[in-house]
Amino acid sequence: MEFLRPATWEEALAVKAQHPSAVPIAGGTDVMVDLNFDRHRPDALLDLNRIHELHTWQIADDDTVRLGASVPYSKIIDALPDRLPGLALGARTVGSPQIRNRGSVGGNLGGASPAGDAHPPLLASGATVEAASVRGTRLIPIDDFYLGVKRNALEPDELIRAIHIPSATGPQQFAKVGTRNAMVIAVCSFAVALHPRARDVRTGIGSAAPTPRRASEAEAFIRAELDDTGLWTSAGELPLSTAKRFGELVARAAAPIDDVRGSAAYRRHALAVMARRTLLWTWNDHRATGRAAA
Amino acid sequence: MRETLGLTGPKKGCDLGQCGACTVLVDGRRITSCLTFALMHGGREVTTIEGLGGDPEGDLHPVQQAFVDHDAFQCGFCTPGQIMSAVALLAEGHAGDDDEIREWMSGNLCRCAAYPNIVAAITAAAGR
Repeated sequence: MEFLRPATWEEALAVKAQHPSAVPIAGGTDVMVDLNFDRHRPDALLDLNRIHELHTWQIADDDTVRLGASVPYSKIIDALPDRLPGLALGARTVGSPQIRNRGSVGGNLGGASPAGDAHPPLLASGATVEAASVRGTRLIPIDDFYLGVKRNALEPDELIRAIHIPSATGPQQFAKVGTRNAMVIAVCSFAVALHPRARDVRTGIGSAAPTPRRASEAEAFIRAELDDTGLWTSAGELPLSTAKRFGELVARAAAPIDDVRGSAAYRRHALAVMARRTLLWTWNDHRATGRAAA
Repeated sequence: MRETLGLTGPKKGCDLGQCGACTVLVDGRRITSCLTFALMHGGREVTTIEGLGGDPEGDLHPVQQAFVDHDAFQCGFCTPGQIMSAVALLAEGHAGDDDEIREWMSGNLCRCAAYPNIVAAITAAAGR
């Protein structure tokens, strides 16, 4: 197994072009497990640890966070909880303190496991993946990024440079079911983000379909409901029946399987509960913020 | 680390990053060493339990001493990882109360279940 150690981003892209089968490794929290158990022995590993800019982030003029692919979860939790509250909440549930010091959103996206904790908040935020190769850079909307179980839209010569995530303009929530509070792969997970300026609500479902996905019908329902009832303007109470219906539609958007972590029926049930609760939490936060501002 | 440098403090546990028995500090931050190659950390400072007390003939590190004082282990296999994690936890400022200590020690398993004494040792080391 070759171990490739580019010193710069340009060099990394050139190396990836020469060795398209090379597996990128940054934190190692995902890739190393396969190596340790001999599940997969790639021809080459492409070590990204020397490339400093992958560990940094910038805020654009339009308040979008350009998050370097290797920024560890612990940094996101400490430094970006106000701009990226949904992602920060998801990050807090990743592995353990040791894992969060190494694991990163770039790794979650590269691995594209349906259970990755970053995916639902990225979907709910409307993130964009910045992929690069020697051929150039392209921005892949998160909705188009996940293609199948552990398959993503990257070409063999591409690497993830950064993730562009709009700063939150409203409350965001994340919920996850697992067998304990720490060191747990999601049985299923859910994220919701209110976008009051756009009068939009976006969602993300994790670990309950071949890919992370949005609950489009549920989003359309709650968008129409909030518009029709004038709730965005009045900031009134969200009826429980509306939140319940939203939960049912989220559950319906999932396509879960029975596996060692849980049954399909349980996942659907849990999603409906998480969606109902997180919607109410975010809506109540939104109302409280509105009152405080008024 | 274990085979070439003979530093057998960090233990080979689960190889999955779940048990925390291999925890070391890299530039002061705790990581599970089973999920990383030494080659990926060129130029960084790696601290294992062996390096914690400074002089091998000298006094124990305060967290090591607290683990002894509070009998915070039975078989001892997980202890180097527990202590490295506890040292990082204290530096991070996560020893506010017992619940916070438990939460931030969640990456280290103890199959003997010495958890109450581990929490007591960390509490003592935190000076509470």
